[in-house]
Amino acid sequence: MDLTNLHQGIEVDGFRVGEKIHEGGMALLYLVERDGGEFPMLMKVPRLEFGSHPSCYVGFEVEQMILGVLSGSHVPRWVTKGSLEDTPYLVMEYVEGKSLREYIDMAPLTADEAARLVAALAIAVHDLHLQDVIHLDIKPTNVLYRPDGCAVLVDFGLARHGHFPDLVEEEFQKPVGTSAYISPEQVMGIRDNPRSDLFALGVILYQLCTGRLPFGEPSTLSGFRRRLFLDPIPPRILVPELPEWMQEIILHCLEIQADQRYATAAQVAFDLKHPDHVPLTGRARRLKRAGLPTIVRRWWRSLRSRSGMNAAPTMHLAQASQILVAFYPGSGQESLLQAILEVVRRTIGTDANCRIICVTVIESDISTEQETGHELVNSLYTQRLVEMHHWAAELKLPFHRLRFHVLEGVNAAAALVEYARQHHVDQIIMGARGSSALRRILGSVSARVVSEAPCTVTVVRPPPSSAAIYKNLYSGRNKENSHD
Amino acid sequence: MKIAVLSGIHSNLEALVACISHARSQGAEQFVFLGDLLGYGADPQACLDIIAPMVSDGALAVMGNHDEAVLGGMCENLVFIARDVIYWTREQLQQSGRDFIQSLPMVAKMGGSFYVHASAASPERWTYIDSAVTAAKCIEASESHLTFVGHVHHQTLYYTSVGGAVQIFTPVPGVSIPVSPHRQWLAIAGSVGQQRDGSPAAAYLLHDQQRESLTFFRIPYDYLSAARKIRAAGLPERLALRLETGN
Repeated sequence: MDLTNLHQGIEVDGFRVGEKIHEGGMALLYLVERDGGEFPMLMKVPRLEFGSHPSCYVGFEVEQMILGVLSGSHVPRWVTKGSLEDTPYLVMEYVEGKSLREYIDMAPLTADEAARLVAALAIAVHDLHLQDVIHLDIKPTNVLYRPDGCAVLVDFGLARHGHFPDLVEEEFQKPVGTSAYISPEQVMGIRDNPRSDLFALGVILYQLCTGRLPFGEPSTLSGFRRRLFLDPIPPRILVPELPEWMQEIILHCLEIQADQRYATAAQVAFDLKHPDHVPLTGRARRLKRAGLPTIVRRWWRSLRSRSGMNAAPTMHLAQASQILVAFYPGSGQESLLQAILEVVRRTIGTDANCRIICVTVIESDISTEQETGHELVNSLYTQRLVEMHHWAAELKLPFHRLRFHVLEGVNAAAALVEYARQHHVDQIIMGARGSSALRRILGSVSARVVSEAPCTVTVVRPPPSSAAIYKNLYSGRNKENSHD
Repeated sequence: MKIAVLSGIHSNLEALVACISHARSQGAEQFVFLGDLLGYGADPQACLDIIAPMVSDGALAVMGNHDEAVLGGMCENLVFIARDVIYWTREQLQQSGRDFIQSLPMVAKMGGSFYVHASAASPERWTYIDSAVTAAKCIEASESHLTFVGHVHHQTLYYTSVGGAVQIFTPVPGVSIPVSPHRQWLAIAGSVGQQRDGSPAAAYLLHDQQRESLTFFRIPYDYLSAARKIRAAGLPERLALRLETGN
């Protein structure tokens, strides 16, 4: 059966064919329905006729391999694939919503609007990476927004699964991807770095904020290669009123060397949601492109370097977790704060790219109706921030790996759990309430967090008598060493 | 249907039992034994007592080079250490076991899949598939969408690209890999009873026909008991050590 020319009303394997909604060079899309279908569906038919580009064939095969194992709200739901060898097709959920393309057409948007759109997209990308898949072709036409604002990624024809054979890599000797959005390492033929998707996020942010593409749309290999050594015009030159934090985030995503970019899409989402927490570096204030010596150096490097990740996306993410440290600074429990510090230090030691988010909760039931109450909350807020900064200075981490947050809430445990869920936190490290009398009266915050949190929770207790234990520990260690 | 493919059992009863019960827990309904049921290990008859009834109930089994050696001859093509065990195995087997081995075919086919111990290209020559070139010859000879082989002890997946060239992929244990019907795949199941990659865990693979996927498994088993039996039988120490270290 020729599926590339179906009429409305015809039935294919139990699916009633509706309107043809897209006819592209690679594939055709039809709306389809079937009895008992719970959601609107789409049939994707690849163009596999004689003379069609081999990428149609491989792209279709790859999409079928990868979409079939993905789940969650950030990808279209998988229904089935064609049962017949000679009539291949895929059926998936039809995502009703606006395409990012429609927002691009309205660019330049305000920084806040661009941040909202790309934060949702970054969350979708992070969810994909957590499932061991790198998209490698993120562009406005491949991003849809559900009515509730949730971003959905479509078209997995160039995607790479960390544990599957890479059919795309075997097939093409030249870079594959969309010229405007492809990352420098993809130009070099490297297809195993999740941070390639973060580069595309940077291009999209740039485009939303300025209405221009940072690298144009080159069509030759030398045009593609230019992004290996030439950096884009800083967006604040094009749009002077663009906030510095936005330029910081854009240029951080567009770093030429992948390991200079954000470590994870969750970090990009976090910064886009909390612009006032973004530490501003030279990127934020840059008002000219790199000079000739830098370009020559990058060009020279681009001729030689060729390093891939050689690791599945989930292994990369395991080295770049978001760790929420929740505590009550200034509560007088110095030994507990010290114990938390030790646990965090150990974690940093094994997790090269982790980000530490220090969070504390202040109770908002202090009456804010009165002027004094409001002032009290504000001064408490500042006091907590100052204390957390002081505590974290001991970690000696570069500032881009630290974030601080004071939450307000009547229920500390609920506030922490909700925060962890919203920000894709991988681990919570928190102190146990020291006094058992207090615990009896107030209940244990940590116990509630442990039972409700969406991630690993480590509850830290100070040693019973820290001084004595440390003394024993060190004298014990010395003894052991002397046996060596 | 889910089909468990087990190769290189090598008279290792503990590993065989562990793989079969794991496969059953994964929903395997059909079993294929890809040869080398015997050799190296201390439980030849006990292994055949499990495998032969399964084969008479519909499981498939093909001949391996160690099985062929047990039937007779001087075994010049085997290394000394393997040869010693073959001579010992001949004494252990009952007539029924010998008859079962004698009855094994060189290749088997089922539902579009091709099963052979070494290579579909001249199976009786026991060629090792250790490169894209030897894999390409095997794929070409089998003319099947899926070809399953053993002989080589490392789990590997070869597949043809659109241009026809053969590519190599090292699977991660436990990950279900979709095998698209649009190309040819050659899967090396690894060895149930003797590892050579530094991990003592037994290896087999599961083919899910309905989902069109292959899952390569590594299964922990009681290799200390298997090694102890090798020593108790007076077989070469090297073989016991190999089970313990996986090397």
